[in-house]
Amino acid sequence: MKAPPFRHMAVAAVLALALLVPVLAPAYRSQLALLWVMIVFALTWDLLGGQMGYNSFGNVLFFGVGMYACVIIQRDAGLGYFTGLFLGSGAGALLAAALAALLGSGILGLRGHYFAIGTLGLGIAAGELASGWQFVGGGGGMVPPLFPGEVGGRETFFYYLSFALAAVTLPFLRWLYASRFGLVLNAIRDDEDKAEAMGLRTTRYKTTAWCISAFFLGLTGGAVGNLLGFVDPREVAFAGSTFGVWMVLMAILGGKGTLWGPVIGAAVFHLTKELFWTYLLGWQRVALGLLIVVIVVFFPVGILGWARERWPERFGHRIDEAEAGP
Amino acid sequence: MGNLRLLFESPVLLVQLLLDGILIGAIFALAAYGMALVWGVMGLINVAQGELVMLGGYAAFYLYRAGIHPLFAVPVAAALLFAAGWLLYRAVIFRVVDKDLFISILATFGLSILLQQLANTLFGADVRTAESGFGTLFLFGGAVTVSRIKLVAFAAALLTGAFLMQFLRRSRMGQAIRATAQNPRAARVMGIDTDRVHAWTFGLNAAICGASGALVAMTWIVHPYLGLPYTVRSFMIVIIAGLGNVAAVLAAALGLGVAENFAGFILGAEYQAAFVFALLVAILVWRRFWLARERRYLR
Repeated sequence: MKAPPFRHMAVAAVLALALLVPVLAPAYRSQLALLWVMIVFALTWDLLGGQMGYNSFGNVLFFGVGMYACVIIQRDAGLGYFTGLFLGSGAGALLAAALAALLGSGILGLRGHYFAIGTLGLGIAAGELASGWQFVGGGGGMVPPLFPGEVGGRETFFYYLSFALAAVTLPFLRWLYASRFGLVLNAIRDDEDKAEAMGLRTTRYKTTAWCISAFFLGLTGGAVGNLLGFVDPREVAFAGSTFGVWMVLMAILGGKGTLWGPVIGAAVFHLTKELFWTYLLGWQRVALGLLIVVIVVFFPVGILGWARERWPERFGHRIDEAEAGP
Repeated sequence: MGNLRLLFESPVLLVQLLLDGILIGAIFALAAYGMALVWGVMGLINVAQGELVMLGGYAAFYLYRAGIHPLFAVPVAAALLFAAGWLLYRAVIFRVVDKDLFISILATFGLSILLQQLANTLFGADVRTAESGFGTLFLFGGAVTVSRIKLVAFAAALLTGAFLMQFLRRSRMGQAIRATAQNPRAARVMGIDTDRVHAWTFGLNAAICGASGALVAMTWIVHPYLGLPYTVRSFMIVIIAGLGNVAAVLAAALGLGVAENFAGFILGAEYQAAFVFALLVAILVWRRFWLARERRYLR
């Protein structure tokens, strides 16, 4: 199918706008850098939760592992700032993916709510372990090295870095979902037993999907640790009740199981969150908790899911007037 | 690991840890039984379970500050939490009962975050405790110490559990709850208002969590973020014990209390929470491989 020229133009406009942000709106660089991070969060969660039907509450584990690995390498390897950051993020991503592969055969065999609660436990256990382990700074966490450039260069650098992360993740997942691999993931979501009966080694596919998700999360972890300037085990790295839930929520808000849904959900959610922080100071966390409940209870189909029900033709669905046979 | 050697050198420590573990296990059993009740009757896993415990703890703390002995706060906290549970059901829970499990888990997870933050904003982040003034009991010539409040809490937990069992067995509503658990559709056909039964079930669950929270506030401390470990413990106990088996729930809870106490002693107190969560993962994975041998999986 050929994309209409309008769509190309829209993508080009968004890209240009995103690249020009440090020039146009320098005050919002950090906010928008976090927006790209949120988009990566939602996309990587949706790879499992939306496309494969495995709702994980513990993907923040890989984010935290990547973050810690990166900061430890920056601290101990004695490399320059940028070499340390890039090597560290890469190593963190590989470590996160390896961890996913290791845990995969055990955890991904769990189904439904057991998987959800098991992964929740996994994420929090990691946070508790990290806050007891003195080598990684214990409960006080760690501080990554200072950015060497001039004032303001730091924000611009991390803005482009997190933009690059999102800009790599989205096309990669788009390609993945269009491939045979993506079809297998959808088959697992629709009926895992049937998929297995068709001769697909589902555990292998599930583990690979988790590794991919973990890889991107680990990569993001290193960048975010340096962007925020500190690594706290419970509040930043393994923050199950903030990042961990937001991932799920953003994907649901946008419409899970779609490519663009998590992106839209992340943008809307991030904006709402920042507005709460501005206008409801003191009650912002309460309002955010309320928002989670409201979205899940009243709007579980998400924005794209709603749009698809409203205008099915636009999504390439043909409405068949005839009654569906049994 | 140095503590492990200590354990072998002075066996009386074993008695101490065992006793402490058993005494705290009874408090875990209460919240776990509530979770099993809600799970069995409504088919819903309540992730906000620990937050109900936390609210019960704050109820006991504020009653204590008003000059009421915390032991009397146990029934009051239960009554207050019953009302809170009823309200939560009428506001949120009933909308997710029939939805798929993921939605209900996420919704109750959202509720748990909401309640945490509400408690943090309204009650403050300080660590609170409701002093019972019961003092400490010395056994074996002072080698083993048991704070009397733990004994009282143990007895109170068992009493609450027995009361609940009698309610479920004898009362009209208790029978309706059990009927709904067995077969909701048949219960509806027989003229049972299952929506009301669900509201009662959730209220009862909140009430026993409230009682357990009041005991927690007396025995240890309360703070806004105390909930999640209690949720995870309850979940763990329920998956080990199964739904609707009271003796097994109690046994699993006591076992968990003992295991946790030993782990806290051997690994150091900073790893006790990590142990709880890691144990959850380990038990789930172990059960998966155990069931996979029979080509089944956890439903």
